[in-house]
Amino acid sequence: MTELSQIRNFSIVAHIDHGKSTLADRLIQSTGTVKDRDMQEQLLDSMDIERERGITIKANTVRIDYIANDGQAYVLNLIDTPGHVDFAYEVSRSMRAVEGSLLVVDATQGVEAQTLANVYQAIDADHEIVPVLNKIDLPAAEPERIAEQIEDVIGIDATDACLISAKTGIGIPDVLEAIVTRLPAPEGTRDAPLKAMLVDSWYDPYLGVVVMIRVMDGVIKKGDRIRMIATNAVYGIDKLAVLKPAMVDIAELGPGEIGVITASIKQVRDTKVGDTITHERKGTDDPLPGFAPSVPVVFCGLFPVDAADFEDLRTAIEKLSLNDASFSSEMETSAALGFGFRCGFLGLLHLEVIRDRLEREYDIELITTAPSVVYHIYMRDGTMTELHNPADMPDMTHVEHLEEPRIKATIMVPDEYLGDVLKLCQDRRGIQLDLTYAGSRAMAVYDLPLNEVVFDFYDRLKSVTKGYASFDYQMEGYRQDNLVKMSILVNDEPVDALSIMVHRDRAEQRGRAMCEKLKDLIPRHMFKIPIQAAIGGKVIARETLAALRKDVTAKCYGGDATRKRKLLDKQKAGKKKMRQFGKVEIPQSAFISALKMDS
Amino acid sequence: MPENWQRAGFGIYIHWPFCAAKCPYCDFNSHVVDSVDQSDWQTAFLSEIKRYGAELPGRVVSSVFFGGGTPSLMEPQLVGAILEAISAQWTLANDVEVTLEANPTSVEAGRFSGYRDAGVNRVSVGVQALNDTDLRALGRLHSMSEALSAIKLARDVFDRVSFDLIYARQHQSLSDWQDELHRALAMEPDHLSLYQLTIENGTAFGDRYARGLLKGLPDEDLGADLYFATQEICNAHGLPTYEVSNHAKTGQESRHNQIYWRSGDWIGIGPGAHGRITVDQQRISTETALMPSLWLESALTGIGESKRETLSAEEVFQEKMLMGLRLDEGVEVSATKDPRINHIKINELSDIGLVSLEHDRLRVTPDGRPVLNRILRDILTDG
Repeated sequence: MTELSQIRNFSIVAHIDHGKSTLADRLIQSTGTVKDRDMQEQLLDSMDIERERGITIKANTVRIDYIANDGQAYVLNLIDTPGHVDFAYEVSRSMRAVEGSLLVVDATQGVEAQTLANVYQAIDADHEIVPVLNKIDLPAAEPERIAEQIEDVIGIDATDACLISAKTGIGIPDVLEAIVTRLPAPEGTRDAPLKAMLVDSWYDPYLGVVVMIRVMDGVIKKGDRIRMIATNAVYGIDKLAVLKPAMVDIAELGPGEIGVITASIKQVRDTKVGDTITHERKGTDDPLPGFAPSVPVVFCGLFPVDAADFEDLRTAIEKLSLNDASFSSEMETSAALGFGFRCGFLGLLHLEVIRDRLEREYDIELITTAPSVVYHIYMRDGTMTELHNPADMPDMTHVEHLEEPRIKATIMVPDEYLGDVLKLCQDRRGIQLDLTYAGSRAMAVYDLPLNEVVFDFYDRLKSVTKGYASFDYQMEGYRQDNLVKMSILVNDEPVDALSIMVHRDRAEQRGRAMCEKLKDLIPRHMFKIPIQAAIGGKVIARETLAALRKDVTAKCYGGDATRKRKLLDKQKAGKKKMRQFGKVEIPQSAFISALKMDS
Repeated sequence: MPENWQRAGFGIYIHWPFCAAKCPYCDFNSHVVDSVDQSDWQTAFLSEIKRYGAELPGRVVSSVFFGGGTPSLMEPQLVGAILEAISAQWTLANDVEVTLEANPTSVEAGRFSGYRDAGVNRVSVGVQALNDTDLRALGRLHSMSEALSAIKLARDVFDRVSFDLIYARQHQSLSDWQDELHRALAMEPDHLSLYQLTIENGTAFGDRYARGLLKGLPDEDLGADLYFATQEICNAHGLPTYEVSNHAKTGQESRHNQIYWRSGDWIGIGPGAHGRITVDQQRISTETALMPSLWLESALTGIGESKRETLSAEEVFQEKMLMGLRLDEGVEVSATKDPRINHIKINELSDIGLVSLEHDRLRVTPDGRPVLNRILRDILTDG
């Protein structure tokens, strides 16, 4: 139990690659929290994918003991939050669990879109913010200019920014002192009923579900009976610990403290980030504000390349769900792709991470269908249903109107690429909300339909700006628009896995592009194949794949019989990579490639 | 009904692996060397013939084929000794076909009568093109006039003469080829082998192609047009297509090659030669060492084979289809639905006129022949 005045809780806000994880590593190392010999890069990012991509997916925390220049002992709790917009809700909860933030900006790069989105979250949570300029050891560093930019763009005072190099360790002691002297101590009442926020949870193969909590009021002890207000479930606490970052048991946690509990909780699904934990008896009836269950916004189909892997895929998805409550799945059957799962994700990164993990950790080759957003369908009978899969679109005659999710996108880009970025946003039905300059960088804010962004928007943005643009977004709710389901017919048969929802005005263009793409992706057959895009019964684009005219071995004599037989075996193997659709074989790769937009 | 191997004849293939020069398109087992001790090779060939004679007694030889490489570099005496050894082991059919592949240089044409006296009754002349520019591009050592006089001489010397042409060459238009084929037919051959130029890996053309330096090759559409024009012109001249790339007057088909396509038995002697023999109801595939020196050594010291395996019933069936459907006559298939072939596909392909299945005989039609590889894949793989 630590006195409130001796506690500082903080998070680190930064753009990818600006040095958040490295700074965390240095803070842990320089305070002796982890022995040098146990140190490994990006200590808090425990998943392989996190280390590889340099991103944080799960929130992590570490408790640092620090003797400050005033001679007193402090407990510093760092919550390392996910930096990606897909996890915006999780970020917002982590932010509510701490009182201050370090804003890390690369002194050679400046403020990026992601920095902005996260710093606004910190400001929303009433954080005290300490700007930290990293990489000042690099020749290209311009700390004065970047400090000015922080003041211009974000509007916080950067005159006392810490100048550091997380890599070499320069300035780390200043950061530790700033945490103690500039960030506020938490508030809370020891004698009040227990009120703790569920910050995060994960599945540990030895301990079961581990729940990270921040105590607001009251005291929690091992053996306590607790109740989670949103789920109304009651548990007995088996273990109470703090993370240093390894788990160290502790007798109790009081106001302002951050730690973890285990309580024989079976599934991560049973724990809701943002929920309020209190005592079963004499608990509070007043939950913490801001709780919202997480909702998937992007859906796609995941099918095993080899149909024989379906059961393995089911098992793998079940295992991943244990540790990720925000990822949803239900079985799906596609005429083209066989048995698979329709899965829901918090965003595109989340989708990629899950897909990567399925392929990598469970060794299952997957076909991923084009991502789709959730549409709201308002039926003529007054009901509303959610559409997760374009293939399930009801007959338009029963539909009153459709609404699609919109986002507010913030894009920061060097001047010279601005034209291309504005054109890209316009092409994707964007509405410009704001355009401002900070030095030679422009900041464009657009209202965009999410469905125009989920597919290859980010790839296109990176490509037109040679990687210099940064992008972030937040959900802005639903809005009605003229949306239709476009079907693709190959040899006059609809291919369900290629159906997409599209704006009516863009349908011809998309349809033409998809037909042209498919014409290149489907190999020639013995007969000519019409490839059509249609809305309802009306064909809006058409291409014809000519029939195969020549494929024959000119010479085949006695010495070639063995070789021909081996070639046949190879062809059989190659055929497995195709999906039979009516009389037509479509290569698996076509299901995603056909939807990519080149311009 | 007897098995294929009993009906389709028994052939002997002799491989002479040496050439005066390597052609840039050729992926056959051929080697260029300074000198060859033909007496060593004779000993080796004879030893192998004797060995097979002991293993396969009582067969009637319907064909002997000297292929290569360039067998017209063999001394006529060597060819004679081999044929003598063969007739010492087996009975020769009354109408035995003895073919030798020859290049039309004047030197080789000079040996024609020697080969005839040794017992060769059919030559297959590697003409390849009927203009000097293209002959040079194909790396050939003969001129067009040499080719024309070699064919003339061959017709005087041998009972049966065939020659080869390569088409779909670089920068060759449809009318170029039609004109060239008409000139070839004007020489009144009774058999023609007409091959579309194929770029093979591991050849000089293959390397050039990979580096993007082999220009002017026809696209798929022109390739198909060239193929159909070839069929049409040969048919009109009384040399119908009896196999994908082979055309003959009725009765002048290559009996030897038909053994391959009809899954008969043949033995393969010489470096890189393959064989198929049926012993105790089992079909056996044989292979030999590719390197001439290795094969020579193995044949001289024991057995000239490097690999021998018994084919499974499935493999035998696959070969029967892969080889047999090249022939216009097609292959016999069982009337009850054979589970090894995809009958749904056969029906589909039949509906669009690419194959026919009548009276238990599956045939690839003239329209199906240029896409034979795909037809084979479709009907021999499931689903």
